Amino acid sequence: MQEQAYKLVVIGGSVGSVGAVMKIIPELSPNFKLPIILVLHRSATSHNGFITNILQDKSPLFIKEAEEKEPVAQATVYVAPADHHLLIESDFTFSLDVSEKVHYSRPSIDVTFESAAQHYTSNLIGILLTGANTDGAEGIAEIAKSGGLTIVQKPETAEVDTMPQAAIKTGQVQHILTLDEVINFLNNL
Amino acid sequence: MQELALKISEEELDQFLKVIIKVYRFDFSSYSRESLKRRVNRVLALEKFPSIAELQYQVISDPDYFSHFVEELTVNVTEMFRNPAFFRALKEEVFPKLAQQKFIRIWHAGCSTGEEVYSLAILLQEANLLERSLLYGTDLNPQVLHKAKSGLFHISTLRTYSENYIQSGGQSSLSEYYTVRYGQALFKEELRRKMVYSVHNLATDQSFNEFNLILCRNVLIYFNRDLQDKVFGLFTQSLPNGGFLALGAKETLQHSNFKDYYTYLNKQERIWLKL
Repeated sequence: MQEQAYKLVVIGGSVGSVGAVMKIIPELSPNFKLPIILVLHRSATSHNGFITNILQDKSPLFIKEAEEKEPVAQATVYVAPADHHLLIESDFTFSLDVSEKVHYSRPSIDVTFESAAQHYTSNLIGILLTGANTDGAEGIAEIAKSGGLTIVQKPETAEVDTMPQAAIKTGQVQHILTLDEVINFLNNL
Repeated sequence: MQELALKISEEELDQFLKVIIKVYRFDFSSYSRESLKRRVNRVLALEKFPSIAELQYQVISDPDYFSHFVEELTVNVTEMFRNPAFFRALKEEVFPKLAQQKFIRIWHAGCSTGEEVYSLAILLQEANLLERSLLYGTDLNPQVLHKAKSGLFHISTLRTYSENYIQSGGQSSLSEYYTVRYGQALFKEELRRKMVYSVHNLATDQSFNEFNLILCRNVLIYFNRDLQDKVFGLFTQSLPNGGFLALGAKETLQHSNFKDYYTYLNKQERIWLKL
């Protein structure tokens, strides 16, 4: 895959995605430099530290929940907080938003992907995982149109393939990979 | 896939906000840009404007439309007993302190359509505190306050609200507090007569009273740091020592110049005690 100055990785998913992320993140090299943002659908009342804690237990990288106005920092994995949309401002800080759900979801993957695409353009990698809804497809298309790189989980390997299939249908997906291939790809950036 | 959605650019937004300041003296320049852009794009899409210029023309030429536009621009997504654990904490940790006051003043800053004001009034009623309480609800937008005053809420929302109410530690049934007619739930006069609604803009208006408890939830996330700090100054002025400040689940005083005036009462639920 082509050499490019990537600056951010955004990963989205719904049903089954916590398991998928639990596979990917712990396998990343301790020297992995790019910030990663995880936008995972879950219940509004889900305990906020849950995903952060289970990932941190197994990962060499620093995992934290994204906070409003926080600058996006290197070598950090950010988890989008439950019940909020996560946006990126032009000065590369996070902002949060509790406006209407998008695709019945808050956080919505489309919202974060589109916001990231706008400011990171060709320096962005978007990865869409398993899920039972179509959130993320438009976001993936937006990333591709802004010059970024798009990857979806191979539908046959996804717990539910609605989400990756919807993204593939946009015609804007550049790579269709298994989770192991995703890990490999990221570690070889 | 067709991508025809009209999206406002950074420059167009700047220019638009300047025009709004000039015509209406409404200043959105200290609001988080990305949220604001999303809100404008949402109006463009929902109301099918052919161009940014058309929207701008409509806004500056029609004050009624502007008022509607402000309602669309500011996020008015709210529900009764949102985050039940928060309301339970108010009831268990803040109410016993409020009970020591002869008269209880509460300010819901940025109350939108009033769902939280009604929630709190109900819990105060059950704690026998409503009689000596006055709940002030303010928002920059008169239209949402009009809805709040009416006490009418659509019945489709009530199931969620009832569940939230129980989880918040409600002692009876939410249906005790309203009567249903024509698809609307009308909340009881005994709650409403304890509420005062008025227009107040956190960005530009002053402190107007002293309060035992100020709630301002999911408002400050839309403000930049300078405006956040200005508002914290306003709250600090409006709270006596021993007063309480409650913010939204992801909002904090931590980065504010006023943080030393406060200590956590409940960190998880974002409730502070003014020292």
